[in-house]
Amino acid sequence: MDLLANLALGFETALTPANIFYCFIGVLLGTLVGVLPGIGPTGAIAILLPITFTFEPVTAIIMLAGIYYGAQYGGSTTAILINLPGESSSAVTAIDGYQMARQGRAGPALATAALGSFFAGTVATMLVAVAAPPLARLALQFGSAEYFALIVLGLVASVALAHGSIIKALAMIVLGLLLGMVGQDIYTGTPRFTFGFFELYSGINFVSVAVGVFGLAEILRNLENETTRSVLVKKVERLWLSKDDFRRIAMPVLRGTGLGSILGILPGGGHVLASFASYSIEKKSSKHPEQFGKGAIEGVAGPESANNAAAQTSFIPLLTLGIPAHPVMALIIGAFIIQGIQPGPNVITSEPALFWGVIASMWVGNILLVILNLPLIGLWVKMLTIPYRVLFPAIIAFACIGTFSINLNAFDIYAIAVLGIIGYVLVKLDCEPAPLLLGFVLGPLLEEHLRRAMIISRGDPMTFLERPISAGLLALAALAIIVSILPSIRRKRDEVFVEED
Amino acid sequence: MTARYSLKNLLAGLIFVGFGLAFGYAASNYPIGTALRMGPGYFPIILAVIMVVLGAIIVVQSFREGTDEIALGAIPWRGLVLLIGALVFFGFTVRGLGLLPSLFVTVFLAGFASRSNGLVGALVLAAGLTALCMVIFVWALGLPLPLFGPWLAALGL
Repeated sequence: MDLLANLALGFETALTPANIFYCFIGVLLGTLVGVLPGIGPTGAIAILLPITFTFEPVTAIIMLAGIYYGAQYGGSTTAILINLPGESSSAVTAIDGYQMARQGRAGPALATAALGSFFAGTVATMLVAVAAPPLARLALQFGSAEYFALIVLGLVASVALAHGSIIKALAMIVLGLLLGMVGQDIYTGTPRFTFGFFELYSGINFVSVAVGVFGLAEILRNLENETTRSVLVKKVERLWLSKDDFRRIAMPVLRGTGLGSILGILPGGGHVLASFASYSIEKKSSKHPEQFGKGAIEGVAGPESANNAAAQTSFIPLLTLGIPAHPVMALIIGAFIIQGIQPGPNVITSEPALFWGVIASMWVGNILLVILNLPLIGLWVKMLTIPYRVLFPAIIAFACIGTFSINLNAFDIYAIAVLGIIGYVLVKLDCEPAPLLLGFVLGPLLEEHLRRAMIISRGDPMTFLERPISAGLLALAALAIIVSILPSIRRKRDEVFVEED
Repeated sequence: MTARYSLKNLLAGLIFVGFGLAFGYAASNYPIGTALRMGPGYFPIILAVIMVVLGAIIVVQSFREGTDEIALGAIPWRGLVLLIGALVFFGFTVRGLGLLPSLFVTVFLAGFASRSNGLVGALVLAAGLTALCMVIFVWALGLPLPLFGPWLAALGL
């Protein structure tokens, strides 16, 4: 009954008034950035990260996590109401959700999304609680060779699961790794790539990288062609489901939850893949596949459950291994480090209240989200009408103050400008920014473990292949690259993602 | 005139090759060490070589895959210049002018970056957002940043 005792500790932590309050603020902000155009959870968390530095560690992580899964909810609202997915993972929700809204069934569509997400969130949170401790115990036996192999696998898998050119994504990872090398060398103290700037001795500030590449670059992208958005549904009515609706969504929600829970653990955009895969499965297994694309409620229920389940289980690699599955998790790792906690398998034993508190808060957050999203839907519909020309100066203002307040150093602000331009140019050339940020965060870790493993093995690189776990992980990484380059798999992969266009 | 290569891939590849060469050149100044005791230059040089190779593959691909499906599109020069200007202005003046005036000008510049904001609109936006940020960061979060800086005091204001 360890699990119950642990969960009790978790709820004790999560249910303090301060933590409930910041969990609420987190999911509120998350829903907001999910609803608002032009800013995703990565940019929002990067901008808000500095604010959390003054909080208790557990409170900070609870709020940041809330922003992340809150954004999954908010993204589906815009997808259904205005056919513009707020997040990439709700792109599939737009297909049938928007059609339902056009048929006057916006209420049931929103209710399906909220209830499916809640169910998936609850199950996935339980899964995190059950699966994390044994994984953390396993990870405690990892040496540097295993960690090196694990990081390589994580980086490669994030490419294989994303869409677009694989070579370009690999190049973005390497560029991120190189940017992560900037600063003093950990073993010798030699300053690297600092161009004589003393500010760069401790490396490029990762908040600057995230705000530049995800915030500024995104704004510049949006300024290319400014358009106004029209809201289809001014008022949402009948926010409940009929008996028939319940019957139709039961199986898609269950299947979506299972699929999302598994894919979420995989590195790199697992939640995006999960929602696309769930949609294809529902379409294939439906007795009326012709209804899909014309407002099938199953096409909302499955993907929404899948992406929310994946959003929760993507915390598993973070909490047990200290390895981020995607950019948002990389930022949360940064938050751990700034709070003075080394993320990894030790967190569960050294900070049990934090570990279980964050897990319990996810469930609390999911309840708060249902309350926020169903009765208060009118408020979010109003939010949709905030014009972008008001929004992006606010993002700039928040980014400036937030980033500056970390170190009180103007250099971090200039870094946003430089990285924003680099990010904008690369995004314009169809290079995804997510691998770059992952590489940037994992670069120093990768180098440290490589060098340490080589010292331990007395300079014999075969150590990575002689240790079974390390060899297995590297084999998986090699397999992931080979498989994703094979033409037949490529076509299949494009098929899964094709519905987005 | 129809180009028979992918401009996007060509440019991206060249940028990656450029970054690889620049990092590789800089890293060659650091001690490389041995495989047993890697110096500060060892890992960056490996990465730089991979970077150049990947960039070269993308360049070669750009001549194979034909033209881009979606053209490069316009560059929002006004937004680019004003937004970068806004960030640099904030970094340069936040200590000297203090948070309040520095933020006001920054938001004004940023607001003006959109073609749909006029002069008056940008001013109103700047006033409103500055006030909002004061409430959130200074009043609610207690950020320890002086509202007015030494430059204004020197002017006798």
